[in-house]
Amino acid sequence: MPEAIKEPAQIKWPTDDASRIPFSVFTDPDLYDREQKTLFRGPTWNFVAMDIEIPKTGDYKTTFIGDTPVIVVRDEEGHINCFVNRCAHRGATLAYDQCGNKKDFTCVYHNWRYDLGGKLKSVAFQFGVNKVGGMPKDFKICDHNLTKARVEVYHGLVFATFLEETPPLETYLGERMSKHIARVFNRPVKILGFYSQTLHSNWKLYMENVKDSYHASLLHTFFSTFKLNRLTMEGGVQVEGDGGHHLSWSKRGTDSAAGSEYEKAGELRAQSSDFSLDDPSLIKSWLEYEDGITHAIQSIFPTFVLQQIQNSLAIRLLIPRSVNKSELYWIIFGYEDDTPEQYDMRLRQSNLIGPAGLVSLEDGMIGNFIQRGIRRETDQSAVIEMGGRAVEDQQSRVSEAAIRGFWQSYRNRMAI
Amino acid sequence: MKPNTINPEVLQRVELLQMDYANRIDDERYEEWPALFTEQGTYKVISRDNHRKGMPFGFIYCDNRRMLRDRILSMRRANIFEPHTYRHLLSRTSLSCGENGEFLARTSYMVARIMQDGAQELFSTGTYVDRIVEENGELLFKEKLVITDSSCIDVLLVIPL
Repeated sequence: MPEAIKEPAQIKWPTDDASRIPFSVFTDPDLYDREQKTLFRGPTWNFVAMDIEIPKTGDYKTTFIGDTPVIVVRDEEGHINCFVNRCAHRGATLAYDQCGNKKDFTCVYHNWRYDLGGKLKSVAFQFGVNKVGGMPKDFKICDHNLTKARVEVYHGLVFATFLEETPPLETYLGERMSKHIARVFNRPVKILGFYSQTLHSNWKLYMENVKDSYHASLLHTFFSTFKLNRLTMEGGVQVEGDGGHHLSWSKRGTDSAAGSEYEKAGELRAQSSDFSLDDPSLIKSWLEYEDGITHAIQSIFPTFVLQQIQNSLAIRLLIPRSVNKSELYWIIFGYEDDTPEQYDMRLRQSNLIGPAGLVSLEDGMIGNFIQRGIRRETDQSAVIEMGGRAVEDQQSRVSEAAIRGFWQSYRNRMAI
Repeated sequence: MKPNTINPEVLQRVELLQMDYANRIDDERYEEWPALFTEQGTYKVISRDNHRKGMPFGFIYCDNRRMLRDRILSMRRANIFEPHTYRHLLSRTSLSCGENGEFLARTSYMVARIMQDGAQELFSTGTYVDRIVEENGELLFKEKLVITDSSCIDVLLVIPL
């Protein structure tokens, strides 16, 4: 159980609904600590790895659940285990690289040795030197295992939770969110690259940004500047469960690999116009899924994001670093059975996403704009009313419903 | 003289090309940057870690000069970011001869990012691994592979490294 919180956090909510968000939630260091205990160490499932990152026995990676450092490792039976990256002896970091392969984890400080399940196996000089010294006779090795998290794998995505009472992963995700994950991970995938970016803002500001389908064409002007907007046939927002998860989706016209509409239209425009691309190959795409959805952003509470922007597929994991800093980790992937042509289109589209993404690089800084703006305005609130004040599915993506959903879920879970 | 030996004059010309490259960016003459590449010249920015793992997906992937021009146009016209400039420091270049008259160059770089509020921070370090060719008496990049030492970008990357 998370440590019982004696006093409620000193956050004043102007309304009972989620249409007003007091800025202090982004600046209060006490609240940040409470979130670590109540959310990240509480009844949430946190993405920690793709199972293909650690295919063999002993393969491990280090990552974080909230700001708690963890090791994710595959054991001799092929199961994936996750435990806090902290030696049970004096607290030192056990694995201090990003990934690798080990038979066991031995702390560099005093050689306490743990198996791949996190069980303590041996203690250096437990019986002293020449039977002199050593640990007390009643010292029990089995009392000093690593702090373990529960692990569940869904379609190759590894999630972990620190609590026994967290409902099973599929229940936590809900039917619609599970279905969308299954849709993307319908066949073997292949990791194409990793990177990360530092965001100088509270983690919740980035999660708001992910759930904010209202800002897309306003902050990100690449498509409109270069007249790349294509007819949006349909779109909407699903807000799941208590509001914590969301899926925003749309179906847009796709440009065939053979020759895009844009290229044809470009022939009519003067060469080297200041408002057209000389090489539009980076927007060539194909219809990836039979359901016709070309753009889908899904978030799972608290900090997991699954992205399909045309044929640019990625997982994003947000790691809170402190009350005003976070780091966004990206895993770019495609499918094992991609044709060379599809692979080439994914490679070109990779220019559109990430910290250097022509379509979305602005997301790296926008949270910091808020963090700076609210610094001495913490008694004021954000206005979240686009598309109404309720938390419900939306027929239009010009909506802040999924942001309201996030805050509804957050307030429930934090009991504030 | 061994066939693979580099004429000191060539080395000097390559190092002048590298300086020219850095100056065009640091002086904010971004529109003049693509002209240092051949028509089909490639420019890729990828982390050392992805590069070592053989994963080709990185921060930027351009495989012709028009894509470079588009990057600059997007930066000028479409993208929104806080005004900033770069300052490059380059190492000397180690140079060898490749096939078909290409020169293979390797140069370390450090780039500081200067914000308008005065903050000047080390933004990126890494290596340029270049294939350089001579066209009409001019040395040009046929390929510029920017391998960043870190896999993490602070905030965003919009000005080319």
